[in-house]
Amino acid sequence: MPPMNSTIRVLSPTGPSRRRALAAAGLAAMVAVAISACGGGSSSSSGSPMKDGFSQAPQSSGALTVWVDSTRVPAAQAYQKAHPNVKLHIVTFDGDANGSNFLQTKVDLYNRTGSGWPDVVFSTQQNETSWAVTAGYAAPLSEGLIPQSTLSNFATGALSVCTVNGKAYCLRNDLAQVVLWYNAALMKKWGYQVPTTWPQYEALGQEVAKQHPGYLVGNAGDTFTPEIYMWASQCQASDITGLRSVTVNVTTPNCTRMASLLDTLIKAGSMSKLSVFSTAFDKNEKGKVLMLPGPAWFAGAVFDSTSGLNVPKGQIAVAPIPQWPGTSKPSTGNVGGGTWLLSAHSTHLKEAVNFITWVTTSAAYQGDLAPGYPAYVPVAKVWLAHQASSGYFADDISPVLQQAAGQVWTGWNYGKWSNESVWAATIDPGLTAGKTIVSMLPAWQAAIKNYATAAGYQVSS
Amino acid sequence: LSKPHQAGPAGTRSLRASRPVSAGHLFVAGYVLLLTAFGVLPTAYGIYFAFSNAGNTFAGLSNFIGAYRDFRYLPAVGHVGLYLVIWLAFLVVLVTGLAIVLQQLPVRRLSRMIRFLYYIPGALAGAASVMVWLFMLDPTVSPAAPLLRLLGYRTFGQVIEPGHLAILFAMIAFWTGAGGWIVVMSGALNNIPLELLEAARIDGAGGWSIARRIQIPMLRKWIVYMVILAFAGGTQLFVEPQLISEASLGVAGRDFSLTQLSYDFAFQNNNVNYASAISVELLVVCLVVAALFVTRSRFFDAS
Repeated sequence: MPPMNSTIRVLSPTGPSRRRALAAAGLAAMVAVAISACGGGSSSSSGSPMKDGFSQAPQSSGALTVWVDSTRVPAAQAYQKAHPNVKLHIVTFDGDANGSNFLQTKVDLYNRTGSGWPDVVFSTQQNETSWAVTAGYAAPLSEGLIPQSTLSNFATGALSVCTVNGKAYCLRNDLAQVVLWYNAALMKKWGYQVPTTWPQYEALGQEVAKQHPGYLVGNAGDTFTPEIYMWASQCQASDITGLRSVTVNVTTPNCTRMASLLDTLIKAGSMSKLSVFSTAFDKNEKGKVLMLPGPAWFAGAVFDSTSGLNVPKGQIAVAPIPQWPGTSKPSTGNVGGGTWLLSAHSTHLKEAVNFITWVTTSAAYQGDLAPGYPAYVPVAKVWLAHQASSGYFADDISPVLQQAAGQVWTGWNYGKWSNESVWAATIDPGLTAGKTIVSMLPAWQAAIKNYATAAGYQVSS
Repeated sequence: LSKPHQAGPAGTRSLRASRPVSAGHLFVAGYVLLLTAFGVLPTAYGIYFAFSNAGNTFAGLSNFIGAYRDFRYLPAVGHVGLYLVIWLAFLVVLVTGLAIVLQQLPVRRLSRMIRFLYYIPGALAGAASVMVWLFMLDPTVSPAAPLLRLLGYRTFGQVIEPGHLAILFAMIAFWTGAGGWIVVMSGALNNIPLELLEAARIDGAGGWSIARRIQIPMLRKWIVYMVILAFAGGTQLFVEPQLISEASLGVAGRDFSLTQLSYDFAFQNNNVNYASAISVELLVVCLVVAALFVTRSRFFDAS
């Protein structure tokens, strides 16, 4: 087994004196700071040769350290299987999910001690470059490490979350375009049409609530709920306009129309307030999901998953996300889509580049094993063919997913703070207490502004 | 009646004098070394950080002002204050009460067994005992689900709504920490000479008067000791809100306490100076409160 390295370990010790022990640990970290304070942190390799756009550490042999979340362990294992001669040290961590900032915390400490950086890291987040580049951790990949021919094969816009000042600092693992998942068998049985506009969707949601109480047309209890609904509705919640500037405007009609749609359906009862990953959802809503707007990876993570809804074969189908009448261009949201970073401090660059290329572009992993829609176009086709051959879905999901991949609205980007946790802390408790989302939009605006400002952004509205 | 033994921590002083001096020094030396390395030096370094800026030049009180102006600061002070009030009240009343009731139980074996039961949760590793509560508080998996449903809670989100957090954390802290203190209090109660209690009983005192007029006054120093340590521990509340925040995917518990805010400053905003300013504030508050309690209760007064 690879050594486990979870966030809980950071929180550590035991017994009645655990807080004091924690304080001691914190203070010990400060001692480490004291020791390395003169180094100034980020560049331990000053004076090393500039190559591929950054100064590289002296290269040596040894094990390649890769950090992955539990879902990506098969990627590292598949690489090991295909490359038995490479010594691989796989470390599992939380993948920075839900704004945990584990990686940043650790890199910050490694910068201070001058060693310890993992060679390659998988993150579930898209905002890592917002700090990892200035922290000197992420190596530029587009300046010689990865050939342009490989980079240009990633889906249009897929690398924009990786790009700082025109250079790519990470590789995108998967796309997470939002689509409308639905249970084709139930829709047919009850004689419903798949909605193509949001008003149709709302009307159907109200009808389902009346005719088939208990059945759901969506859920609004996830940290990424705004990335499904508000993003698709072109709500200006996180419009990053510069390196440290953002425009936030969530009380405009683009936001209120979607918020009031959610409020209406929550009130009617066909929109769940639970998270799809909560035990209550899996327990109570199994077999009760008629429609579920969500990202491409809902396929494997929610529907065809024994730990999720575990819907039987041949029922689930996919449709484009509904549109607002009068919008000129279809738009949808995006929920995640992980990224791979490569350490600028790596002393095994050749192996690291080989690894990061393989896990993002090989059919053996991305095509056959990966749970989400690959960002690398050539293997996306393999992945879709693989999904079709599995016979799980009621029809071919390829055209809808391929089309949605190019329709993600570009007015929503990732800053240094976690917009998911801002939504979770601001909106979810109010929802639980019975407040409407519309009434909480001003509070959401204020919270985003606060967190963005604390993260060093100029906020305009 | 013979003069009762001193029940306070100062009571063992006479014993120590009879040990050889060199051995004592040796024992203390190890402690002093570790205290210096992991206590004094880092504290000094923290104070240095608190009064300097990112460029390592003297910054006066600007870090304190900056941290104070952060939008999370005052709410965190409020949260921790409320938590401390609830927790310390729980601790003082229930620990003292339970220890005395256990002491007065006529069946010694039962008393010992219950005392052991109280202690068990405290023997769990810190974070693990909070994990237990994550399950306890989720109505879908909790063994106490019927009780939670009776109180009207159907989802985890309803249980951990923001208004509940201070009392929930106090309950968790009590559950994990009180057992240890009950054991300590029982030890202190055992130090009260039997003749004293017997004399009181002969004078016609019942359980309640014995507790009020003899046991509680003689426990006073131990209670003060408990309050000082519990206060210091309580202001550093971190594991409970941090784990709840992770378990609820950020819905509750984020930025709840001052130590969390300090942690965020240090590791998310890369601002060690603000983080240290908050730590120094906590240190000062704890020292002041401890000093107040010590002087007011004549804690070190051996006579």
